[in-house]
Amino acid sequence: MSNLPADLKYTKSHEWVRTLPDSTVEIGITDHAQHELGDLVFVEVPDAGRVVKADEPCAVVESVKAASDVYAPIAGEITAGNPKLAAEPEIVNADPYGEGWLMRLKPAPGALTAAALLSAAQYQQVLDAEAH
Amino acid sequence: MAFIPHTEADVAAMLAAIGVSRIEDLFDEIPPELRARSLSGVPAALNEMEIGRLMSERARADGIALSFLGAGAYEHHIPAAVWAITTRGEFYSAYTPYQAEASQGTLQLIYEFQTMIAGLTGMEVANASMYDGASATAESALMAVRLNRKSKSARILVPMTLHPHYRRVAVATTYNQGLKFEELPYDTHEGVVAAAALAPYDAEDITALIIPQPNFFGCLEDVDALTDWAHARGILVIAVVNPTALALLKPPGEWGARGADIAVGEGQPLGVPLSSGGPYFGFMTTRMEHVRQMPGRIVGRTLDAAGKQGFTLTLQAREQHIRRAKATSNICTNQGLAVTAATIYLSLLGPQGLTRTAAAAHARTRELTAALTRVAGVRLAFPGPCFHEAVLQLDRPVAPILRALASHGILGGLDLGAYHPELGNALLVCATETKTSADIDRYRSALSETLQSVRAA
Repeated sequence: MSNLPADLKYTKSHEWVRTLPDSTVEIGITDHAQHELGDLVFVEVPDAGRVVKADEPCAVVESVKAASDVYAPIAGEITAGNPKLAAEPEIVNADPYGEGWLMRLKPAPGALTAAALLSAAQYQQVLDAEAH
Repeated sequence: MAFIPHTEADVAAMLAAIGVSRIEDLFDEIPPELRARSLSGVPAALNEMEIGRLMSERARADGIALSFLGAGAYEHHIPAAVWAITTRGEFYSAYTPYQAEASQGTLQLIYEFQTMIAGLTGMEVANASMYDGASATAESALMAVRLNRKSKSARILVPMTLHPHYRRVAVATTYNQGLKFEELPYDTHEGVVAAAALAPYDAEDITALIIPQPNFFGCLEDVDALTDWAHARGILVIAVVNPTALALLKPPGEWGARGADIAVGEGQPLGVPLSSGGPYFGFMTTRMEHVRQMPGRIVGRTLDAAGKQGFTLTLQAREQHIRRAKATSNICTNQGLAVTAATIYLSLLGPQGLTRTAAAAHARTRELTAALTRVAGVRLAFPGPCFHEAVLQLDRPVAPILRALASHGILGGLDLGAYHPELGNALLVCATETKTSADIDRYRSALSETLQSVRAA
């Protein structure tokens, strides 16, 4: 049973989305994803100002055994990439929902409601289905 | 060991299992007009004795010329031990070793190679090699575009003093990837990039600047000023260097205030004989902070489960077998055998031996240009410092002179007419440590005689 905070939204490709008070969103990878990847050795995050489409690959997480793209769950403009991860990628393993966030994004108008995000319960079903 | 492990019986059993009678039937779906037909122009097979005789006859027809030709590939003395060791069965494989458990010797050799190249270039990390200097240069341009995320233009400044073949390979390799190469003119009296050539780009979005050292003409560019100019504008610096020259010249890692970002070059001078254009090998180096955007294989040193030193391919998440279409390059192999020779060559010479080789080549080139410019009608094109090549200007077209020299058994250099018509009757000459004063005198008198006879004609 993975750690799935109920206040977050999720994607089938194992990203999480948190809406911040200023209505921008914070994006990371789930506890399940970091666990599957194993110890991260490198994280590449996008630069502020980059405009991304929904489902566009915009970050890379690399572990000792695999490298994987992270997709933008929502269309919008990147407002920040987590600057700590270049030097300390292991933060994503230690605290995937907190200090290990990858990027912040200002959703394009209407993009947040248009995005097909999952609740914690729905994402749990995705994980259950993958396990079988 | 047979490399095709299937016996005829195996093949028959597999075909029977899928219900096909002949291998040929597997290709039925390809329309006949798209099928390659047998090669009609290829003569009948010769046996070993016949082919051996034919090849020795052709080699005799080539003769053994006294060569003053450089222009990217250089004749150096190769100690006999280099290829005697390289061709031992333990090393004699063209293929990169994937299996660490079976290939520790080869992996350690490549690791030592990387260490030597990093040391020569003054850079932090080297890969296991590329195909040649030209392809390494093309890959370095692609790497710079990935690295320089502040630049959106994918514009690369390329001096006209970079080897013309390298420029063509870079364009051909990156043609469909949106890179734009902008040719920087050079000072036709000095043979190097002039500071004024950079002025139009002072405020432009440029991704990288390529700096050849020595350049195609053998001249030395003002690498510190060029590097600092680029870095002050957020432009990455790609050094294209001759490895022998690095024994004497400042390494790219120390150019300007911050050093080059990527350094590449042709490795052939390090123990690989001249051979109709190859196989040679390229080398590629960068700073550690950029290593994940460097293409090619990298061997790393580690500790095994018992705590003993071991070697293995590392950082493979950059490569195509892991990253597929998003790999740093579709070149994920290296020139293992040529690199083996280079590593043994560098080990045998050592730093002092390489420095003496480079100094001897430089001295012989100065001796050559001094001798040839004593001939009436021959002048030195560029007055500045050179490494082991120089451009001469003749008072008449170069091609007939080279043909006449060839009849004396002398390869007199490269006619620059096709590459640099702006230099007039220009001839690129080279002398390495392999040339003696007697060789140089032979060239001088043959040239003098040829010019007199052509003049008389």
